[in-house]
Amino acid sequence: MIPKLMQSITLPVARAQASRRQFLLGALAAGTGIAVGYRVLSASPALAGEAETESGSHAFSPYLTIGGDGKVTVLSSQFEMGQGSYNGIATLVAEELDADWSTIDVIGAAGNIKAYGNIAFGGAMQGTGGSTSMSTSWERYRKAGAAARAMLIAAAAAEWGVDATEIAVENGVLSHPSGKSGGFGVFAAKAATMPVPAEVKLKEPGDWKLIGNAELKRFDSARKANGTEQYTIDVKLPGMLTAVMIHPPLFGAKAKSFDASAARAIKGVVDVVETPRGIAVVGEHMWAAIKGREAVTVEWDETGAEKRGTPELMSTYRDLSGKTPAAFARKDGDADAAFTSAAKVIEATFEFPYLAHAALEPLNAVARRNDDGTIEIWGGHQLPDVYQNLASEIAGVPVEKVRLNVMKTGGSFGRRAVFDGDVVVEAVHVAKALGFRAPVKVQWTREDDTRAGRYRPAYVHRLKAGIDEAGKLVAWSDHIVGQSIMAKTAWDGMVQNGVDPTSVEGANNLPYAIENQTVGLTTTDVSVPVLWWRSVGSTHTAFAAEAFLDEVAEAAGRDPLEFRLSMLEPASRHATVLKLAAEKAEWQKPLPEGRFRGVAVAESFGSVVAQVAEVSVDGDGIKVERVVAAVDCGLAINPDQVRAQVEGGIGFGLSAILGEEITLTDGKVDQGNFDMYTPLRIDAMPKVEVHIVASANPPSGIGEPGVPPIGPAVANAAFKALGKRIRVMPFAKSLNA
Amino acid sequence: MVTVKINGVEHKIEAEADMPLLWAIRDLVGLTGTKFGCGMAQCGACTVYIDGSPTRSCQTLIGDIEGAEVTTVEGLKGKVAETVQAVWADLDVPQCGYCQSGQIMSATDLLANNPKPTDADIDAAMSGNLCRCATYHRIRAGIHEAAKRLEA
Repeated sequence: MIPKLMQSITLPVARAQASRRQFLLGALAAGTGIAVGYRVLSASPALAGEAETESGSHAFSPYLTIGGDGKVTVLSSQFEMGQGSYNGIATLVAEELDADWSTIDVIGAAGNIKAYGNIAFGGAMQGTGGSTSMSTSWERYRKAGAAARAMLIAAAAAEWGVDATEIAVENGVLSHPSGKSGGFGVFAAKAATMPVPAEVKLKEPGDWKLIGNAELKRFDSARKANGTEQYTIDVKLPGMLTAVMIHPPLFGAKAKSFDASAARAIKGVVDVVETPRGIAVVGEHMWAAIKGREAVTVEWDETGAEKRGTPELMSTYRDLSGKTPAAFARKDGDADAAFTSAAKVIEATFEFPYLAHAALEPLNAVARRNDDGTIEIWGGHQLPDVYQNLASEIAGVPVEKVRLNVMKTGGSFGRRAVFDGDVVVEAVHVAKALGFRAPVKVQWTREDDTRAGRYRPAYVHRLKAGIDEAGKLVAWSDHIVGQSIMAKTAWDGMVQNGVDPTSVEGANNLPYAIENQTVGLTTTDVSVPVLWWRSVGSTHTAFAAEAFLDEVAEAAGRDPLEFRLSMLEPASRHATVLKLAAEKAEWQKPLPEGRFRGVAVAESFGSVVAQVAEVSVDGDGIKVERVVAAVDCGLAINPDQVRAQVEGGIGFGLSAILGEEITLTDGKVDQGNFDMYTPLRIDAMPKVEVHIVASANPPSGIGEPGVPPIGPAVANAAFKALGKRIRVMPFAKSLNA
Repeated sequence: MVTVKINGVEHKIEAEADMPLLWAIRDLVGLTGTKFGCGMAQCGACTVYIDGSPTRSCQTLIGDIEGAEVTTVEGLKGKVAETVQAVWADLDVPQCGYCQSGQIMSATDLLANNPKPTDADIDAAMSGNLCRCATYHRIRAGIHEAAKRLEA
């Protein structure tokens, strides 16, 4: 959800290492476990990742611990929101460690950029996004597993008085031909005192048992099926209070005054406090806070607030799309001349609304000041360094006095990776306003979550294509109009020459051989807060390009699949997934009466996905019956989780185009709950088949790349079914037009 | 004061009568498997059984259920439930898992009443349970698989 090109980012932050080290040691000392990873990595900078080389200090880089009971706990730099990163990272560690998979657990870690900095972001910050969790972890966590394995062997060798090379490790047990054997737990303590290998040799792919194993099950499914998985909403601390926020009704409005006297009289309401982000109603429990909130009256200062509604904004965007772009993200050949000389020119405008992430766990965070003065925060810390620094500023404590507990979250889809900390900041503000007298959980309701902003930006695309006499696509232009996600944030430096890469990704890297093409961008200035939303720019760019390409194919009188393949290198990844999806969907075979199909392909986050969608007519609209996907994501560490992410990505993308839209009336968000903002339900979910291209390339993204192709594939099928082009989202707007 | 039995244990709940059962279960009783997703019976994450029937606890007021028997995911027992939960793990149905307590409650009730549901039966019975990760494909497969195992 965060772009790959983050090397240029320097956050204005100090770095905290010491406190985290002490915290983790404390946590480990409290149990029976031995921090193998601590010793391994503190003494072995080479294992700490690329960021290590810049510092002479020993990194504290705990990637795993092994308990006296043999339990292996992986400390994950990557945050888990359902996408399976914990499972993937555990697979890497367990593979090289030869651990018993049933003893693996994973917890989130933060506070040590040297160890946990995301290599795909340049290593200078920890974060989960851009579908980079596997690529950043691929070397790092395998090495951590291999180093710990070597130390366990050294410990056993010393204990048994045998040569280390004679010791075998399998399934969490060390053994020697003499018949001696023992589990990891037996040697964990001694292993922690062993010298750290300067270098480790990783397994050859042929020796892998877990990596690439399609039968391997997620380590965390059972606890999610019996209700014991713990999320931020489940955090309960002694004396903890629960707060709900009253956010401004318009983006940019501020509280002028408020009257909480009636609220304070409600049983269970503890306090009502003001924060820079709104009024907080604090209760003994959630229900008291909710009831208290209903009784508070607030007078708002709406000077400078955003008061435009969706009709005004989209009208402006449409106008702008017909003008010269403010900036260009791609210019190949001479598009103007090619349009002039083309035999046929077609044009179309596509419109995309704001979208909410609508993760099922509404945003929340818990903050507490401990007796030692540290501030401790529980939450879905998708950008931990950012939150640690924001909390430090608010609480007025050094950054190393802020401890983060990274919780698993009920979805995120990008929503918990925010520049300003959002709910994390609110929790610290509220705790502070209460004089830190009690731990406090700030819990948003569904309406808060829907209305408080941070949407996938609304966009208009104007596309134009020129075809020559032979039906060849000779000129292409795409003018994108909409807000920038990164401008005016800590990521502002990523905006180069007026182009926010997240606005144009998926549009300025089309794989097709089109000699003359331009991708233009006009960034709008609107105060509606926006953010990356699962697959970011490709949520709209891939739709516009791939749906319009079908219009071009039709104008050229060509089959959509053949047309695409004619502009791709036959051995390219795009052509490979297109051909695989087409073959599995039997593209050449006529469909039964009443069934129609469409195809699309898109590259995002280093992976390429093609999808063939089959639809039927259902009343005035369509029903998506079946989707066949083919994916090249490099090496598939957990093939079944790759399938799961593509299945879910298809559902998520379909959800958006069929039924999701945030609209504003005079600046106010119209939707609140799931009666108005309507994600996909099971009755609209197609049957899905996912085919994975065998690849030895390093793993690339998979959490997001399943999303982009589904919209255009369905739109292209819908045209066959209904004879109408789908150009305005959500779908119904096109059908009723 | 309201007396209800939750998972077989009697609880005397000190709360205003208008407190939704969801918050009583979570904040007063301390069982966290039942989740808050919407607060208006739109998502199904808070599904519990009241006297055996699947009910949205966010729209059930504690004052209205004096003497009721409530079952949450923590108290789910029996062959059907255990089969569903085993299948959920075997097929890796959950992603984030947040909605899954509710999905399990609904799926178990479906199979208890309809041992061999069709896709259409599943869609009808499960469409009140939102899954934002869209694990629906595997939820359907999971219910079919559980039906198969229960029949054997």
